[in-house]
Amino acid sequence: MEWLNAVVQGTLLGGLYALFAAGLSLIFGVMRLVNIAHGDLIVLAAYLGLTVVTMLGLHPLLALIIVVPVMAVFGYVLQRAVLNRTLGDDLLPPLLVSFGLSVILQNGLLEIYTADPQKINAGALETASVQVGGLSLGVLPLLTFGIAVAVIWGLQWVFYHTALGRAFRAVSDNPDIAQLMGLNRRHIFGLAMALALAVTAVAGVLLGIRTSFDPSIGGARLIFGFEAVIIGGLGNLWGTLAGGVILGVAQTLGAKIDPGWQLLAGHIAFLVILAVRPNGLFPRISA
Amino acid sequence: MSALYHVTRSSKAAQLAAVFGAIGLIFLIAAPWWAGSAMMRLLGEIFLYLALASLWNLMAGYAGLVSVGQQAFVGFGGYMLFAVTIAGGLSPFAAIGLAGILGGLIAVPVALLIFRLRGAYFAIGTWVIAEVFRLSFAQVSSLGGGSGSSLPVAVVRSLAANKDGREAISYWLALGAVVVVIAAVYLFLRSRNGLALMAIRDNELAAGSLGIDIWRTKFVVYIVTAALTSMVGALIFLQKLRISPDAAFSVNDWTAFVIFIVVIGGIGTIEGPIIGTLVFFALRETLADLGTAYLIILGFVAIFVMLKAPKGVWGLIRARFDLQLFPLGYRVLKRIQKKGA
Repeated sequence: MEWLNAVVQGTLLGGLYALFAAGLSLIFGVMRLVNIAHGDLIVLAAYLGLTVVTMLGLHPLLALIIVVPVMAVFGYVLQRAVLNRTLGDDLLPPLLVSFGLSVILQNGLLEIYTADPQKINAGALETASVQVGGLSLGVLPLLTFGIAVAVIWGLQWVFYHTALGRAFRAVSDNPDIAQLMGLNRRHIFGLAMALALAVTAVAGVLLGIRTSFDPSIGGARLIFGFEAVIIGGLGNLWGTLAGGVILGVAQTLGAKIDPGWQLLAGHIAFLVILAVRPNGLFPRISA
Repeated sequence: MSALYHVTRSSKAAQLAAVFGAIGLIFLIAAPWWAGSAMMRLLGEIFLYLALASLWNLMAGYAGLVSVGQQAFVGFGGYMLFAVTIAGGLSPFAAIGLAGILGGLIAVPVALLIFRLRGAYFAIGTWVIAEVFRLSFAQVSSLGGGSGSSLPVAVVRSLAANKDGREAISYWLALGAVVVVIAAVYLFLRSRNGLALMAIRDNELAAGSLGIDIWRTKFVVYIVTAALTSMVGALIFLQKLRISPDAAFSVNDWTAFVIFIVVIGGIGTIEGPIIGTLVFFALRETLADLGTAYLIILGFVAIFVMLKAPKGVWGLIRARFDLQLFPLGYRVLKRIQKKGA
């Protein structure tokens, strides 16, 4: 029963990791950009959530109404003003610019909020739980997992059933021809980043409710998201959810063996899958 | 008037640079007799950062292996120094060499795994490896676990009898490391393998079709870089005398700063990291009082350079003056004979 409990809790944790990963997967799919600052943007969203909650006294989930659009606009501006200039055949410029952005965000947050760990207070939601067949499941992890499924379903729907999704797929397949067909790829890339950071905003606020955070934890969140993407297979959003779940389960099982092994077990699961199936479990495109 | 063409590697500027470099090196070797101990510590740190930057530049600028996980080998080398001297009772000098060998060995399985990832995913994969190293060393209780450990006094004493002697030796080791690293990079790039490497960088497909074994060439560069980075890591923590997982495997200290140095100086040139290191330490020494704001400024400078001058400071200088202080490429010169020969 204890082991089953660990697997179930790990699955629910995987929902959060899938949310970390969805934004990363989206922007890689559309513009082949790997954003080193992704984890720091998640932390930025958590701090924005914290600020909104403490200043307006809103419930954290209602604070999303403000945090999501703010992050989306930030994403659009960031893409148009900075990241668009780095795109091209060379992978070094986007990597370095997002590395610089990561250092700026980390230290900017440190300057404003100090290094003290913070947490977003969500009241009764944090401790509420339901009994399912002898297992006690937290409402917050269940909600997080539900949101992850909804977000991935939503992204999937946008990608394959809307004009915007068609534009995303077009610039992803061939940006030059998409441009010839009248799409402004700079604008499309901006929208993709806006959508990615909207997802990131949700992930950040949920992270902030779940655990305490400080400006330095972004790197590890980037790595979790990245591992979920690779485990699941590039370009496959449902695969990313599966990847998040595998990573979450590996971590909770590792923690069950020895608390010091939690993160290590997740990384080892990732490396094993990389060794056995280099393209991930459900690949759709090759890197 | 007849024009004679001749092909040469050397140039006036390179010869001058070699002479000045030799004089400067003698001057630096003599530092223990003219510099104070704070100055020597700073110089030692500059040398070690320059060594790290030159190695990262060899990987990213020449072999196209953009790693953000070199802290894995810096930390590994540092920990090997501590493990070998504390548990094995070896002298620190032997430990530094051994750290390099072990770093190269551990890099073999690492490379076999992460070479499956391409481009930017390779970069983050290297970071995962560094995290695995950090978490693993945090589990080793004989090396202090998560809180780390200090180098025993007996080991420190075995370097030299008195404090001045230890400072001088530690300084010379750092200077030696940077000279060895830059010389190794320079000679490697002038060799057959270096030519293959630059061909791969310029066009992987064309290089492959000319019979260059791309995987093997990159693999060798990765292993050699890992070994040398581990040695530099051992030297860094020989200077610090204390090691902990967070300090040893810090992505900011050993990778972000190193990348900024290379980018600001000029990636894909030997001169770039030297200039970048000087700029980095000039910025650090003047802005250190600003605390975190200094790092924010550094981040903006790096982004600005990448967007506006992607070839860095040295790239700007070279475009203006056609200089190459470490001659790698060949050039065809037209010599005009004064009296009709």
